[in-house]
Amino acid sequence: MTGEVVTKTSETKRSSPSEDSPCEVQLSRRAFVQVVGAGLLITVTEGISFGQRRGSRGVRNVAARLHVNQDGTITVMTGKVEEGQGSRAQLTQAAAEELRVGVAKINLVMADTALVPDDGMTAGSRTTPSTVPAVRQGAAAARELLTRLAAQQWSVDPGALEVRDGTITHKASGKIVRYAQLVQSPEIVEAFQRSSPAEIPLTPASEWGVMGTSVPRPNLRDLVTGAHRYPSDIARPGMLYGKVLRPPAYGARLESIDLSPAEAMEDVVVVREGEFVGFAAPTTFRADEALRAVSETATWSTVSQPSSDELFSHLKQHARSGRPSTRGSLERALADADKVLGATYEVAYVQHAPMEPRAATAEWKDGRLTVWAGIDYPQRIQGDLARALGVPAEQVRVIVPDMGGGFGGKHTGEAAEEAARLAKAAGRPVAVHWTRAEEFTWAYFRPAALIECRGALDREGSLVAWDFTNINAGGAAIDTPYNTANTRILSAGSDSPLRQGAYRCLAATANNFARESFMDELAAAAQSDPLAFRLAHLENPRIRTVLEVAARHFDWPARQKKVTPELGVGLACGTEKNSVVAACVEVGIDRARGEIRVCEVCEAFECGPIQNPANLVSQVQGCIIMGMGPALREAMQFRDGRIRNASFATYRVPRFEDVPKIDVHLVDNPDIPSAGAGETPIIAIAPAIANAVFAATGLRIRSMPIRLPGTNPA
Amino acid sequence: MDVTVKLTVNGQQKAITTDPRRSLLDVLREDLGLTGPKYACGEGRCGACSVLMDGKRVLSCVTPVSKADNTTIVTIEGLAKDGSLHPVQEAFLEEGAAQCGYCTGGMILTAVALLQENPHPTDRDIAEGMNGNICRCNGYPKIHGAIRRAAEKTKR
Ligand code: FES
Ligand code: FES
Repeated sequence: MTGEVVTKTSETKRSSPSEDSPCEVQLSRRAFVQVVGAGLLITVTEGISFGQRRGSRGVRNVAARLHVNQDGTITVMTGKVEEGQGSRAQLTQAAAEELRVGVAKINLVMADTALVPDDGMTAGSRTTPSTVPAVRQGAAAARELLTRLAAQQWSVDPGALEVRDGTITHKASGKIVRYAQLVQSPEIVEAFQRSSPAEIPLTPASEWGVMGTSVPRPNLRDLVTGAHRYPSDIARPGMLYGKVLRPPAYGARLESIDLSPAEAMEDVVVVREGEFVGFAAPTTFRADEALRAVSETATWSTVSQPSSDELFSHLKQHARSGRPSTRGSLERALADADKVLGATYEVAYVQHAPMEPRAATAEWKDGRLTVWAGIDYPQRIQGDLARALGVPAEQVRVIVPDMGGGFGGKHTGEAAEEAARLAKAAGRPVAVHWTRAEEFTWAYFRPAALIECRGALDREGSLVAWDFTNINAGGAAIDTPYNTANTRILSAGSDSPLRQGAYRCLAATANNFARESFMDELAAAAQSDPLAFRLAHLENPRIRTVLEVAARHFDWPARQKKVTPELGVGLACGTEKNSVVAACVEVGIDRARGEIRVCEVCEAFECGPIQNPANLVSQVQGCIIMGMGPALREAMQFRDGRIRNASFATYRVPRFEDVPKIDVHLVDNPDIPSAGAGETPIIAIAPAIANAVFAATGLRIRSMPIRLPGTNPA
Repeated sequence: MDVTVKLTVNGQQKAITTDPRRSLLDVLREDLGLTGPKYACGEGRCGACSVLMDGKRVLSCVTPVSKADNTTIVTIEGLAKDGSLHPVQEAFLEEGAAQCGYCTGGMILTAVALLQENPHPTDRDIAEGMNGNICRCNGYPKIHGAIRRAAEKTKR
């Protein structure tokens, strides 16, 4: 493997600034795709199961993945969604690369259940390792079929043909044909339908022409002109705006309600189905008026709920036993060790808070439902809606317009279902747009964690025992990459007071925070430099590389030795989802104001061959700054089943003024398959900050958010 | 009681009869179909709903529509003139300063107002001037770079 730094980027001045889970959606209604006339005709036909393996992922034939149009453009179809992570550019590049055309020729249709194959949920950094190869396979197969057809027509060997810019050339005879000409032949249409995207060798990274370059997001212009329609922007003729009655607290049940104040409002549709109470009106304001009029009449039964003040004792108390993975003999090693350390770390609940809260527009026509929604898995939501509304899945179409952020927070389709219910009752399309307070309360949260660690050193300062238990957050990146002969590692479930779910890198942040903080504690106990201590126990060459790259560019050895009052440096590294990251940071402490300020971050990241350097830089920068939120400030506060900081005024997310000097180093590694990159760059920042705070103050702060003693939530 | 509010939006005169308590944001989006201004907090804390009112940046989510009577409003849709982008839009495009893009319209209009008042901002001026705008994709470095680029463009 090589570990060469190819890109050095983004020096921002100090003063300037999901988990994938298998699902079984039954798909019986398929897009029937046909080339007719000048372009792509898509008709949705009942009962045709075409192109897709039923109830499973991926495509059965080339036609289900892409279409060569007679104007020379190519329509490529994917079930993935674009939520700012860059999949639209990346998948466009993937198709263009294997088809040997420019990206401008590719029109990518994303996340429309009537048109696209099921590529699984957009989660878990799976687009790069799974969907990019699937799209490339489809594109390569199409190129191959087109080449073979040309060869056949010219009676030449396909190996003698050259393909470039959508044109096939036979040099010896001077014959030339464009894809667009070939697709006029019925043979190719049939071949696309018959052929599966078989094992045609994909273009190796060393020969990439389009992949590996910084192709901008294809619809970027629509984002800067305001032309793009997000899920919350979809308007349909005669559409109403919906509001839904929410319980005053988690676990509260509706006992009684008087709907008459809303029913007296002529322009308002009132819907009650069991505990579901909703309103649809010509404006959001009006729907809200109806909601407020009725809310006052509702009575609720409540149950007691744990509060954030007692969160960690609650998690501890309800921790379930589990089966740890063990190596060697932990207890013996602890007994024989020279030094034994123990520490407990806490990680608060946080929320994704994507800029666009949950939103959906639903429209019924002749018993068929179409929903535009901001969600991560159209096929799953299609199934969910079918079950909830009592219609066959083939009568439900889910479309996901490129949406306003997700970060793992949009796996569920609440707004879609609410809009569908209201639209059904109203007999008109209805849009439901969650408020920020609704999103902060009724969406889900990154799991809180209580992590208990023990570690032991021998006389030489080597790590001989490692005991690590994560209560509640999960097992992502829980295994230690450090050499230790005797280990015991456990992810134990608990009773989560809040609804928890996926989040950018999920539990990997909590596990890495505890592990990398604790490694620092052990390094200090061994009187060893934190970098040297890590390297002494680290075999993984990829982690070693990023650690060394970050340390070198940060000038770690010199800065680590330098003592400046109220300034400190720290580092951390880690691996998850087959990519590796390391970060060095400098923090400044303002004791009078109780503030920790991150002054500088130098992060190195490697995820295999880089597919889009500019987008990768955005993802790494975004992860660093997003990660600073839960590292320093973000924490859900709750009491009596209510979120107490359900607003941007009370839940402080990173802003321009918080942005440190950021130095990103991308390490290219062409020898392995590319891994996803939207998540792992987030896991090193919090422990690096905690370790820097220790260096500056001598205080070990073992909780996220990291706060100086005596300071309150921001 | 409904009132009639007269305003010029993106160069067009409009008269809207509606409840005066509704937000300017809702009226732009729901009555005029201008969905460029976005809802993200509804309490003046994020800048996603930014529009220019008589050349000044306002947060339309906390501006009652009644306050917009006799004003001239520019939304992100109205910033480009005859199909050619405003220099700030161009700079965002060139810098690739949008991830999901949901904050982008608000960022651009806030930057336009900022550069109008202070055509040669320092890095600190930019960070301070933009601090009311949240980007949850945390694309701040490139947004900052785009604003600096726009400032340099107009310098020339
Ligand atoms: S939506 Fe207006 S400031 Fe956030
Ligand atoms: S680009 Fe997504 S919120 Fe800014």
